[in-house]
Amino acid sequence: MLQIRRELVDKIVAHARADHPDEACGVIAGPAGSDDPQRFIPMVNAARSPTFYEFDSGDLLKLYREMDERGEEPVVIYHSHTATEAYPSRTDVALAAEPNAHYVLVSTRDPDEHEFRSFRIVDGVVTEEPVKIIEPES
Amino acid sequence: MAVTVSIPTILRTHTGGQKSVEASGSTVLEVIDDIESRHSGIKARLVKDDKLHRFINIYVNDEDVRFAGGLEAKVNDGDTVTILPAVAGG
Repeated sequence: MLQIRRELVDKIVAHARADHPDEACGVIAGPAGSDDPQRFIPMVNAARSPTFYEFDSGDLLKLYREMDERGEEPVVIYHSHTATEAYPSRTDVALAAEPNAHYVLVSTRDPDEHEFRSFRIVDGVVTEEPVKIIEPES
Repeated sequence: MAVTVSIPTILRTHTGGQKSVEASGSTVLEVIDDIESRHSGIKARLVKDDKLHRFINIYVNDEDVRFAGGLEAKVNDGDTVTILPAVAGG
């Protein structure tokens, strides 16, 4: 199960809407081993494409160095699908390289309603998991 | 030429869980071959048809080797080689 604060869900969805019709992508880092997504890091989609995303290679190195220095790991790796459902594509599955991450997919195909779903992708096998959104205390 | 090679999570099954390994070589390919000699199977994850796999990034210090000669990129004593799978999809 992915447990994630409402504020972070809103940031992911806002990023996906802002970059529509291109795919948006990014990471939420958290302390290594905590499974707690904390630090929102939107990334540039170097492919600038409605059907593909890829972190720029220089940005990727900076991101992983920074996480390493802070004792973090990518707890969530998110990207959007802008014309299809929020389910990992064959390409997503083939390229998934973080077996410990929650792969979050957002679909922006509907202008009014988004889909927000989370998956584990390990050794080519996709497993959907429940998402528990933690609402702010009022 | 001794270098430190940073290994990504997904390839640590080949290195007994180690986050980094020491290796030698004067090019990226020689470094990969040296690691392969002790951690069998890792080369096939990095190299395809004698070229760096499209969705694997290798950096010598801060430089992506794609812009520095690919597998023939030079490596010097004390350099840090970082391997990172692309974060990409469709």
